[in-house]
Amino acid sequence: MSILIYMIPIALILGLIGLGAFIWSLKSGQYDDLDGAAQRILLDDDDDKL
Amino acid sequence: MAHNSIDNGAPLTAYEALVKLNADGQNTLDVLISGVHCALCIQKIESTLKEQDHVTAVRLNFSTGRLNIIWHGDIALANIFVQKVEQLGYGVMPYHSDGEKNSYEKESKFLLLCMGVAGFAMGNLMLLSVGLWATDSETMGFATRELMHWVSALIAIPTILFSGRPFFRSAWQVLRIKQTNMDVPISLALILATGMSIFETLDHGEHVYFDSAVMLMFFLLVGRTLDLRARRNARSAATDLMQSLSGFANVIEGANIRRVLIRDLKQGMDIRVAAGEKIPVDGIIKEGQSTIDTSLITGETLARETQLGAQVFAGTINQAAPLTISVSKAAENSLLADIVRLMERAEQGQAQYVRLADKAAQLYTPAVHSLAALSFLLWFFVWGAPWQDALLISVTVLIITCPCALGLAVPVVQVLATGQLMKRGILVKSGDALERLAHINTVFFDKTGTLTRGKPQLIGTYEQSTLQHGASLAAQSHHPLSQALRAAYQGDDLLSLDNTKEHAGKGMEGQYQGMHLRLGSRAWCGDQEQHSTPYKHASELWLNINDKPECCFYFFDQEKPDAQEAIATLKRDSLKVALLSGDLKDIVTDTAISLDIEQFYGEQTPKDKHDILESYKQKGNRILMVGDGLNDAPVLAAADISMAPGSAVDMAQNAADIVFMGELLSPVSDAYYTACKTQKLVKQNFALAIAYNCIAVPLAFAGLVTPMIAAIAMSGSSLLVIANSYRLKLRS
Repeated sequence: MSILIYMIPIALILGLIGLGAFIWSLKSGQYDDLDGAAQRILLDDDDDKL
Repeated sequence: MAHNSIDNGAPLTAYEALVKLNADGQNTLDVLISGVHCALCIQKIESTLKEQDHVTAVRLNFSTGRLNIIWHGDIALANIFVQKVEQLGYGVMPYHSDGEKNSYEKESKFLLLCMGVAGFAMGNLMLLSVGLWATDSETMGFATRELMHWVSALIAIPTILFSGRPFFRSAWQVLRIKQTNMDVPISLALILATGMSIFETLDHGEHVYFDSAVMLMFFLLVGRTLDLRARRNARSAATDLMQSLSGFANVIEGANIRRVLIRDLKQGMDIRVAAGEKIPVDGIIKEGQSTIDTSLITGETLARETQLGAQVFAGTINQAAPLTISVSKAAENSLLADIVRLMERAEQGQAQYVRLADKAAQLYTPAVHSLAALSFLLWFFVWGAPWQDALLISVTVLIITCPCALGLAVPVVQVLATGQLMKRGILVKSGDALERLAHINTVFFDKTGTLTRGKPQLIGTYEQSTLQHGASLAAQSHHPLSQALRAAYQGDDLLSLDNTKEHAGKGMEGQYQGMHLRLGSRAWCGDQEQHSTPYKHASELWLNINDKPECCFYFFDQEKPDAQEAIATLKRDSLKVALLSGDLKDIVTDTAISLDIEQFYGEQTPKDKHDILESYKQKGNRILMVGDGLNDAPVLAAADISMAPGSAVDMAQNAADIVFMGELLSPVSDAYYTACKTQKLVKQNFALAIAYNCIAVPLAFAGLVTPMIAAIAMSGSSLLVIANSYRLKLRS
């Protein structure tokens, strides 16, 4: 069972990374315009292809 | 109605006043864009602006219609950007960050954050719980179990404190004013479950329920977030009404014209209103002559002629010619602002309506709390159980009485009923609308556009060639009477006229094969001598050929085909019916008599209508208002429940609880029947939920049920209630 000493912290750290990513996305306004995001997926990029 | 349509070429210098500096020292401008419907609109606006020099970023928020432009250099570029967007065909208005919208954004972000944190904690707790629930402590080892309990506590406690705040806050707010809502038992269950788990962890016990508490909280938060988003769609009609006047006005200062924000207009200023523009304030006409669309105040579709010195009101539309208006009241004191205030007050009043489910919760939750407390006290003090067991039984009582069946009793039936009505073209906007509809005893109707078609129609018979001449001229005009005349002519062989010209407030003229044709008012081209008319209250349009009055066309706004039947049906259900209209008293009286309505009121301003409604309400009547005009909006908002036809103006549709499609009035009685049926099923559901509690609570109280079985029983009762609700579908 000593493997738990490693596994539990690893699980927690992975979870915290996910939580951090979520909070970052929330703070940077990615949930402000969900309808717009659904529409924007239909747009082509006007930038030149590489 | 673009701002740059002013013919005198006033410099567009106003938007620079709204430019702000952002943290990077760049200019940033927020404006509201109207008319954005699809991805292409986003692309058109954003790519056009990005091509402009100096622009660093453009972002259009599709949900709120807010466009943010960031650039460096000259702030006066703001006006050019706005002009570019207007040239693409979109409406631009200054964006005022009003408190309400911001508080929605804050609340939404707060709930999402709480939900995210709860979701993270739930995932990790489940990871540990799978281990804990899958084996017993002998297999796993005592120390391992302890470790897992401690790690669980470490994750759960901060999470409950952080993400439980929406519930704790709401519960605390109602407890402080000595009331209770659903958040009180939720908060209590969260605190009790966590508290007991902490104690068990310290005491090396096995009743640790951190996972259940966090999971419960996560699912409740998901529901809350969805609920907030759904409610957001039912936007405040009052805010919309004010938004319609949040532009600029052209103030005359000597020889110059300056653009000023409407809210900054002061009494005594002179403003210029171009043809087609909305009049921004109450004032008096100082120069010019025009026709004005007063539908905001009277609900009438036909424009009224105005003369020098006449009083005009904010929100009405100047149709024919430019006017100079002397401002008599500042924007915040205008009649329109009064209407907005009436509506705001009405909307707040609506929020105070106590739904059946909340009433039940007010009775139910104190009963549940005292039962749970009583079970703990009895088991611990009287029957001498160890306090952990007593607390466990008490929590079981809380779980088994969890008001889920009670909570489902109303919404499930409502969702099914609104779905059914939707298929018949009746859109129910708020959840409790049907509940309120079932309780009405009086129906108020607006006249124009609600009981009548809202558009004048040609009445009488005319010679084919006369009709052809008239329709050919009428086809060139947008005036409602002209359009009615054009629509009445069946043939598609319209004459091609030369030199057609529209004279504002008078009529149309044109040439055909040497004939000089005129179509317009009696004063301009009609027979001045003839005063008798075959139709009472009909509008007239004269056809004049070579300066000789040829024929008079008569128009009348006719009743909807099933108006009589619809009113009779409502009366048969012993509902009182009344008519409120901004139209002339004579016309209202005629309509009321022909439809057999005893109570009727003509020439009512929006405020008058509102006052009548209040006096009825004070006598204890519960009122359904059916109306379609801007002038009905305050009454729609203030009535116990309101309906608007799909042809109504946006503002009226926003203010109404129910919107129905089509030309007919039968949806009014349809909706009423469905509402009554729905209410019956809701009451049955309550009876079922109460019966379930009568059986389950004594069992839990006796300690015969574990928390697990309590949870299953609770789900069972919920299923029963849902099954009963589906009978609504079977019946029709």
